[in-house]
Amino acid sequence: MLKSVEELRALRAEAKASMDAENRKIIICGGAGCVSKGANKVYETLVSKLEEKGVKFTVKLEKCHDGDPVRVTKSGCHGFCEVGPLLRVEPQGWLYVKVKPEDCDEIIDTTINNGKCVDRLCYTKHGIIYREQKEVPFYKKQTRVSLANCDKIDATSIEEYLAQGGYTAFEKVLSGMTSEEIVNEITESGLRGRGGGGFPTGRKWSQVARQKNFPKYVVCNGDEGDPGAFMDRSVMEDDPHRMLEGMMIAGFATGANDGYIYVRAEYPLAVARLKNAIAQATELGLLGDNILGSGFSFHMHINRGAGAFVCGEGSALTASIEGKRGMPRVKPPRTVEHGLFDQPTVLNNVETFANVADIINKGSAWYKATGTDNSSGTKTFALTGNIENAGLIEVPMGTTLREVIFDIGGGIRNGGEFKAVQIGGPSGGCLTEEHLDLPLDFDSLKEVGAIIGSGGLVVMDKNTCMVEVARFFMNFTRNESCGKCVPCREGTKRMLEILERIVEGKGEEGDIELLEELADTISHAALCGLGKTAAGPVVSTIKYFKDEYLAHIHEKRCPAGECKKLKTYVIEEELCKGCSKCARNCPTGAIKGEIKKPYKIDQKLCIKCGGCINGCPFKAIKEV
Amino acid sequence: MEQTIDFAVLDQAIKEFGNEEKSLIAILQRAQEHYRYLPKEIFPYLAEKLSLSEAKIYGVATFYENFSLEQKGKFVIKVCDGTACHVRKSIPILEALRDKLGLSEEKKTTDDLLFTVETVSCLGACSSAPAVMVNDEIYPTMTPESAVALLEELKEKN
Amino acid sequence: MDKEYMIIDGIKVELNGEKNILEVARKAGIDIPAFCYDPDLSIYGACRMCLVENERGGLDAACSTPPRAGTSVKTNTPKLRKHRKMILELLLANHCRDCTTCQKSGKCKLQEFAYRFNIEGVRFPNTACELGAKDKSSLSIVRDSSKCILCGKCVRVCNEIQNVGAIDYAFRGSKMKIATAFDGDIVNSPCVGCGQCASVCPTGAITVRDDADKVWDALGDKNTEVSVQIAPAVRVALGKELGLKEGENLMGKLVASLKEIGFDKVYDTSLTADMTIVEEAAEFVERLNGKGKLPMFTSCCPAWIRFAEEKYPEYVENISTCRSPMQMFAPVIKETYTGDKKHIHVAIMPCTAKKFEASRDEFKNKAGEPYVDYVLTTQEVIRMIKESGVRFNEIADAKVDEPYGMITGAGVIFGVTGGVMEAVLRYVSATQDKKALDAIALSGVRGLDGVKEATVKLGDAEIKVAVVSGLANASALMEKIKNGEAFYHLVEVMSCPGGCINGGGQPVGEREAKCERTKGIYDADKAEELQFSNQNTVVKEILTGPLKGREHELLHVHYKHK
Repeated sequence: MLKSVEELRALRAEAKASMDAENRKIIICGGAGCVSKGANKVYETLVSKLEEKGVKFTVKLEKCHDGDPVRVTKSGCHGFCEVGPLLRVEPQGWLYVKVKPEDCDEIIDTTINNGKCVDRLCYTKHGIIYREQKEVPFYKKQTRVSLANCDKIDATSIEEYLAQGGYTAFEKVLSGMTSEEIVNEITESGLRGRGGGGFPTGRKWSQVARQKNFPKYVVCNGDEGDPGAFMDRSVMEDDPHRMLEGMMIAGFATGANDGYIYVRAEYPLAVARLKNAIAQATELGLLGDNILGSGFSFHMHINRGAGAFVCGEGSALTASIEGKRGMPRVKPPRTVEHGLFDQPTVLNNVETFANVADIINKGSAWYKATGTDNSSGTKTFALTGNIENAGLIEVPMGTTLREVIFDIGGGIRNGGEFKAVQIGGPSGGCLTEEHLDLPLDFDSLKEVGAIIGSGGLVVMDKNTCMVEVARFFMNFTRNESCGKCVPCREGTKRMLEILERIVEGKGEEGDIELLEELADTISHAALCGLGKTAAGPVVSTIKYFKDEYLAHIHEKRCPAGECKKLKTYVIEEELCKGCSKCARNCPTGAIKGEIKKPYKIDQKLCIKCGGCINGCPFKAIKEV
Repeated sequence: MEQTIDFAVLDQAIKEFGNEEKSLIAILQRAQEHYRYLPKEIFPYLAEKLSLSEAKIYGVATFYENFSLEQKGKFVIKVCDGTACHVRKSIPILEALRDKLGLSEEKKTTDDLLFTVETVSCLGACSSAPAVMVNDEIYPTMTPESAVALLEELKEKN
Repeated sequence: MDKEYMIIDGIKVELNGEKNILEVARKAGIDIPAFCYDPDLSIYGACRMCLVENERGGLDAACSTPPRAGTSVKTNTPKLRKHRKMILELLLANHCRDCTTCQKSGKCKLQEFAYRFNIEGVRFPNTACELGAKDKSSLSIVRDSSKCILCGKCVRVCNEIQNVGAIDYAFRGSKMKIATAFDGDIVNSPCVGCGQCASVCPTGAITVRDDADKVWDALGDKNTEVSVQIAPAVRVALGKELGLKEGENLMGKLVASLKEIGFDKVYDTSLTADMTIVEEAAEFVERLNGKGKLPMFTSCCPAWIRFAEEKYPEYVENISTCRSPMQMFAPVIKETYTGDKKHIHVAIMPCTAKKFEASRDEFKNKAGEPYVDYVLTTQEVIRMIKESGVRFNEIADAKVDEPYGMITGAGVIFGVTGGVMEAVLRYVSATQDKKALDAIALSGVRGLDGVKEATVKLGDAEIKVAVVSGLANASALMEKIKNGEAFYHLVEVMSCPGGCINGGGQPVGEREAKCERTKGIYDADKAEELQFSNQNTVVKEILTGPLKGREHELLHVHYKHK
């Protein structure tokens, strides 16, 4: 148990010295993407092969480094999930991609023992071999702040976090910053809430700091529910102490002594890592009563979500922590006055808290130097969908969509053509070709009817039907609506109903207008922020892809060729040998004919199940 | 299937989390993990211990996706239908699994209580899309074929 | 301090501590439409009908936005009309619109607003009528989820006002519904049958169970004698619905109408209210003298009895053994009936829980038949009168039948919270004069507050009494008693806030009706010649006459621990 700031400094210096002494290091990505692709197997194989070959190695941070062992470690997510499992060689910074257990021999012989690069494992594009990670196009334009430690340290070790300068900001705060100074620094930095709203963090903190009502609470929203977003997951799993540090500083600044972290149900590893981190911090005396003799006390609690997207909304989230149904409540009163347990509450999301320590350490001027005037700093994005390099990225605010999709993301998957990108999840909207040079920041996106949201970017190619995308999101929103207010509960249900009939070719004249009318009422009359944005995807797809809606409704045609019910199945006479297999496969008896003569499909009976196509041995059946 | 309900796990959870309303979700989660569903019998028990109405507990249990009032299978297969997985064709995977096991939107669990197939809004494994989660393990870049093969694998594991 | 104002639709309105814009607007004479708002319940903010437009063109829910001095809002703009119409259309699309055969027709808020906002059609398919069958399991209420608009008033009244928790929100999104645990029949829930949910429900989703058909059958049968008793609180709750004044004592017209309809004998439950006082006061004095537990709780309210049985079984012995006035009168009438016809006894009550009380085994005769055959609520009786074609506002007053025609004001005030207590205090007061009456009236037992306390002198002793209405208030008091934080000798409990005048079986009234009905009751008390139960000589005659020796069997009850 550390008793003073001095003792913390000493421990950190020791940890740093140990880490600096690690001359050779193999870092295997332990992020969810790489693990699901076999990263653990690579790690295990590497360790056992090193043992077999008698190479000196260590798997954890150690004080003495007798015989210069190679350090083998699993870090958090490196972001480039598309080509995982990833392995990085330090100090050279070489990045190996798609590493398999079979590659371990070569890695040991060539790289560990001989200091040479295994070029065949390096990322290669257009014939160019990129050895160093920082040269790889995916990484080149990124600036990693909140994700800085994720690909470097072992998330289960508080020493490694300390070695990277962890808890220096907290230390600085305890050693003499006033609440006002902290709030000012955060306000000056221009940090805005990374959860979607973009509310100035400093202002929120100052509002809570002003409240005279105690106790106060700090709540971290880790209920990252947007489909297509996993940035917060990475911070919680890979660098949990960074987030805790941010919360502790918020507690100190606002006069709160308890922090609650609400983690979504689907992230069991994040819960485990956070629990571990809390236990470590408590053991060192960084959490608890009278921290480092400063008189400041702070306790951390974890709540696991139970599966409700709406709990990402502030008042629903606090209701859920209180053990209730996660239904948003009317505001006012606002969370800063009456939040958790009806007490003043600072509620920020994971990424917001993850930025705090750096701002305190390096100053608001440093932070503001990155990003745009009104949106300072960096933003993480989860780049997914029909994109070549799916993964987790962090870029300065104001980076253009083109840079993100084509430079970092490597363009459309399988050489396809870009059509749109969905940003901000089910609350957001889609952006098209005309927005490619739009800077990604809070205000520019708002102008075009989209929101940055939590940062999910789902890229869609020409084969994606935008009406179907709208239907998909509306289905999500309908399922996740809490059901409390009429516009959201009933409105999303009706919008889905209409979208469903459009993609099934049963759309009617006036459907688009009815959708717009519903969207208008939902956006203006719904109770909570999630409800108010529920119609976003529909509104923006109607705005940019009205033609597709019209084609579905009037011509009963899906221009992208995706909507199953709008496809027609035909048998090409020249290719059909009359084997009757399709007729036997057809569940509705829509296919008829004579043996050895071309068969025909009765379109009236056909339910477009596609069963005939897969069964045809002569590939004579086509979708048109 | 008759089953006597052992309340010890609830007592333990109440001891750990406290007998207040704010502990309800954590206690239900413990129960869900232990019984693999929320047996009817625990509702009056918890209502008494936490001084809440049964209707309120039922309201909470039915609000959250993760609670089930019916027994789930030994292997809970969650097919991710998040945006990223959806655009990389997750629905055919779901259909293949349901087909193979004779399940549907309404019937989610096999009669032998081995498999439960459900969808999930997003697993946060978007880079591995389309992804499937079995209990707590994620299986990346699935196809309808690999999903069916996975069933065989799980059956053998059993 | 200077007065503060806000502007509503151009009207300058003074602020007087109103909690929200909706209340301010009502003061200005503007009725902002709302389904989920009720001044007695917590703010829910779900129906979104009460949106108003602020100066920046933004929309705020009037129910949840506190008024701010100097600001201005508009309550009726094209934008608001558009959204309100869409909300109504969405609600109607999900509502079983069989209005012509719905009990709430004419009193339904959804119907009213659909008319007010001129909804001409619904563009969405309607599947609501196919929803699950009605829940008719309760003797008190009928639930029909196909009519529910999820305004949550029933849940809030059941939890916040009554602390019963029989129902709550279940499921979510478009699957959300109001349900008991496991969505079972309400009869298997902790429901006490108070009917407050039905009285706050803006649509036909929860209605009072209607037993009028069975009574009509009995009335139509020549070989059946049909007698009826009328509870005190009924007489002041008929006016508004029958074209007269709210709160007016219309007992004479009601008696005349019932006779016209065909009831053979009509009685006033106020008589046995006096009898209850005589018995209860005697019991109380015994308990004071050490024979029995204190505090003693009153026993007139059947929902309270069920609540106590369910939640405070250890206090069941503290409940007075006196039967409720309804259950005292019924055996008197039935046991003294000498005719040879089949005898059906009906009770007209402001109360849905009485329907259940009548079915309890404790209140059946030796042959297992209930003393009260049917309980009709005020609502049902109003419908019967309307159905019969009797011109209620023109009919001349009539008197109740002898030999049970005598009542006192003490019996009549049973209809309001504090009334039973006041009647007891009158009974035990030493002087029994005008001065005593005034002192008791001012002792703190009157008024619509949910919890009232008073200390009164009884001989040399100081008696601490409490009067609560609303079961949540009762619960809070019980906890205090349990924890030793409070002690009382006598506690009056009424389940419905304000007492029986606001019972679940009364016509669905606004808040103001409570005050008017209360006033009506006290006026009726004053209008009576006698104000003390012991002055009721008929009560004495019954007790010394036909019931002599059978008091315990017919007038008392011992509820069992559950």
